[in-house]
This record gives sequence, structure tokens and C-alpha cells, in this order.
Amino acid sequence: MADHPFEFSPLAFLLLRVAFMEEKLLQLNNISVVYSDVIQVLKGVSLSVEKKQIVSLLGSNGAGKTTTLKAISGLLKPENGAVTEGAILYKGKAMQNRSPEEITRNGIIQVLEGRQPFKYLTIEENLRVGTATRMGKPYREDLEKVYHYFPALRRMTKKLAGYCSGGELQMLVIGRGLMAHPELLLLDEPSLGLAPILVREIFGIIKRINEEEGTTIILVEQNARMALKIATYAYVMENGKIVMEGSADAMRENPDVKEFYLGMSLSGGAKSYENVKSYKRRKRWL
Amino acid sequence: MDFFMQLLVGGLSTGFVYGLSAMGFVMIFKSSSVLNFAHGELIAIGAYFFLIFVTWAKLPLVLAFLFTLFACFLLGILIERIFLRPLIGENLIFVIMLTVGLAAMFRGLILLFWGGNLYTYPDFLPKALGVDRGIVHIPPVYMATLIIGIFFLIVFGIFFKFFSQGIYMRSVADNQRAALSLGVNVRRVFALSWAIAALVAGMSGVVLGVINGINVHNLSAIGLKVFPVVILGGLDSIIGAIIGGLIIGVLETFTGGYLSTSLRDVVPYIILVIILLVKPYGLFGLTEIERV
Repeated sequence: MADHPFEFSPLAFLLLRVAFMEEKLLQLNNISVVYSDVIQVLKGVSLSVEKKQIVSLLGSNGAGKTTTLKAISGLLKPENGAVTEGAILYKGKAMQNRSPEEITRNGIIQVLEGRQPFKYLTIEENLRVGTATRMGKPYREDLEKVYHYFPALRRMTKKLAGYCSGGELQMLVIGRGLMAHPELLLLDEPSLGLAPILVREIFGIIKRINEEEGTTIILVEQNARMALKIATYAYVMENGKIVMEGSADAMRENPDVKEFYLGMSLSGGAKSYENVKSYKRRKRWL
Repeated sequence: MDFFMQLLVGGLSTGFVYGLSAMGFVMIFKSSSVLNFAHGELIAIGAYFFLIFVTWAKLPLVLAFLFTLFACFLLGILIERIFLRPLIGENLIFVIMLTVGLAAMFRGLILLFWGGNLYTYPDFLPKALGVDRGIVHIPPVYMATLIIGIFFLIVFGIFFKFFSQGIYMRSVADNQRAALSLGVNVRRVFALSWAIAALVAGMSGVVLGVINGINVHNLSAIGLKVFPVVILGGLDSIIGAIIGGLIIGVLETFTGGYLSTSLRDVVPYIILVIILLVKPYGLFGLTEIERV
């Protein structure tokens, strides 16, 4: 096909690919996720995350945010889920349906929703489990790093995690993730069930981790206001699809996001369902 | 008083052997929540391994013992690889039923090779090991058991408390999903816990073989006695297994001495029922930490 207008030599193709991939740490290309072979949860989700970004994934309950994270971290498998279509590229390498061990060793760590501590292990032992990806090699420095970000944990290293408060546990599980030297940290609703002041503190620390460690972060949140404050880019999910994306600044100003996530009605007063257009949009969203 | 002391020492000695046997059982339950019904058979296999190494291969004692431990360790890994790995992620009841099947298989294999005869080891323990002071009389076997038991208790204590692999094993037992999310190799943890359990079981098999002689039926019956011991001590507590074993052992010999020998074997199961009624987590078992 000599008359084909785009004929790349393999080298050019490779160069282009390298140039293209350089900034993108993670790419989801049109992935579908099915649980138990029948329940389709994600229907073609595409997103990309650049190095050192904080990308926020917003959406209501059941939109597929957590499933998206699990697809990336490989935790779908134990729950009988699988990526059936599309590809997950991490540093240009296909990662879909790999085992969690392999994925964590590549530097992707998910901090699970609902905190999930090891209840019968002490704080320090909990943190030590975070060294599993490198088989427990020296960890003292990492402990210091975690205590540097979360000074509250230093005072209770010998306390059983089962007896810690929600805020302490959230710090613990993020710290536990940090112990694994993640390049990409997936945080699933770190604000869940925490007092507003704690949420602010923890989000501040997340931002610092991102800036000081250079860790790329995907942040799944219901608390859109806080998430958009620290994120650089955001996606909105609904019914297993991405319905909107944009820079965090643009999202904050978006009227739909404002109304349905930030709780500000357009008219300023109580929400009016007489406005049919808004109602229809709302129906589509929630 | 003489009689009492005699019974007490006898009870503590057998109790310690029970505790040792139960330790391996607890190990598997702790890491994977599997009740291992083949534990008695693992004990028996350990005893027969030692028999092979000592009487047939005529290896020196220490070497034979180490070989036995090693063979049991490998057997544990093999069991996990071949039979249990395909069942990871399946309902727990399948795994437990599988151990029932394994028990039948192992018993059949032993019967096939050795029959139901009673074998004995050559007398190898030095007499000096025993304690014989006035009314306290402890045979060498029990002293050896005590030493081995305490040694392994300390080793496991250190392993689970300070070594990374030990902490990973506890983390899997605690919250498997979270352990997976941090990249803990759950299959390795399961393999290791079966290996360690088989090793401990084999060790107690050797001890029991020295005490009672080697016979499949007698040895695998201990596997059943493990249940009252671990229920009493707490299913997930290693120290509980030892203390549960001691209590059951003492109660057994006291009933045998003061009440009737025929009641002896019933007592553990009566205790089992009572404990389940009043303290289902056992003496040292972890009660569920509930927080909302």
C-alpha cells in the first residue's frame, strides 16, 4: 500500500511511542470489567494519569470508582472479577488481569476503602507488612518517613490497630501503603467517616506526600470539594462510564459539578425541580 | 500426696505432648482459618518417617530427627501445592472437607505400607535425661518433649513477633484482602503455614511414638484430641494450645486416677462442650475486636 498516507517505520513508531508514553504513567484504554462472568460494572472506561499528578475520580455510590481502582491494582481477581476488554498500560506495559503481587511489585499500591487495618497487629507491625513487596528488606528509614508524615502514629507504635480511632487508622493505612515505596498510590475514599478537621489534615498530608515524595496519586472520593482542592485533574464517573473530565480548576467551576457534587444550586436558593432541564441532568447523574 | 504428685506430673507430661500436637493445628487455623482434620495423620506420618530413618536407614539419632522434620516440612508444602492451592478462593468448607479426604488417604497409605502393627523405636534416649527425685518421677521421653516443646515455642514466638515473614503470615490471617493489597504473597504464606504445621505435627508424632509406640490408629486418634485442646486454649493461640494441652492432660490423668479409667477419654470432650457453651473463644483465643 504505497499510497497509504501514514507509513511509519517501526523505529519512528517506537520513538513516537516512547515520546508519547514519557509523561503518562498509567493509561486505561476503554476497559470493561465483569464480575462473576455476568455482572458488567465498567463499560469502557478510559483515563490517563501523568507522573506526579493527583487525579481525582468522582462519582456517586455504585458508579464504578472502586472497581476502577481494583482493576488497576489487580484486586478484582480475588473477588471473581476480570477486565474483559481494553488495556491497562502502566509505564507502557500491559497490566490488566495480572496478580496483585506482580502489580504491587511494580509500584502500584491501593489503600483500600474503609481502612482495613490488621486489627491484631500493632501499629508498627501493620506498617511492616507494607514491606512485603521487597521481602522485608531494611525498613527503619521508611518507618521514620511514615512517622514524619503522621507524627500521631509515633506515639502508639505498640498499640493494637484494632483499638485505634478512625482517624489514626486512616493515617495508618496510608502510611502502610507508603512503606511499599509506591510510585502510584490508589486512595479509596480516605475521608470516609472522618470529622471534617481530620479530613482536612489527611488531605493536606496526601498533598505533601505527592509533592515531597513525587508519588502519583489517584484519589477516589465522595467529598468532591476536598478532592478538587488538592487534585490537578478529575474524572467524573457514572454507571460504569466516565461522563466528564477536566482540570480540577475547570471542574470546580463546572455548573453540573457545582450543583450535584458541591451542593451549590445554580439559583442560589433551594433546589428547584421546576427547572426541567436541571432535573433531567440530575436524573442522568445520580 | 504421693499419688497426687505422680498424677500431676504424669498429666502435665502427657498434656505437654497434646499441646505440642495442637500447635501445628493452630498454625494452620491462624493463617488460613482451615480446620485441619488430617492433623492426626500428619502426626502419624511424622512418626513413621522417623521410623524409616532410625530403624531402616539406621541414621544417627540427631540426623534422623532433622531428616524427619525436613521431610514433614516438604510434605506440608506438597500438600498445599497439590491439594489446597487449586481451592484458594473457594468456600472454606470445601477446603475443610478436603482435609477429611486427605486424612482418609494418608491413613490408607500408611496401612498399605506398614499395616496396623505396633512398631517401636529402639531405646535411644539417655537415662540421665529423666528426673527421679523422691516422689517426682519424670521419664526421659517427657523431659525430651519438654525441651523440644519449649524450644519450638520460643522459636515460633520470635518468628511470628519479629521476623517479616512471620508478620506477613499474621497479616494474612488477620485481613487477607488488605494483605493482598500490599503485595503479600498469600500462596507462600499458606504453603509455609502448612509446612510448619506438618513439621510440628511430625515432631509430636516422634514423641508420641516413643511414648506409646507407633500405630496408625493410636496416633491419628490424637488428631481428634487436638479439638478439645484447641477449643479450650483458643483456636488461634499458640500459647493457648500448650496450656489447653496441659489442662486436658492433667484432667485426664486425675479422672483416670481418682474416678475411673474408662472415664478418662471422655473428659476432654465433656470439657469441649462446656467450653463451647461458656467461653467459645477459649481461654486465650482472640475475641473479635468490634468497632463501628
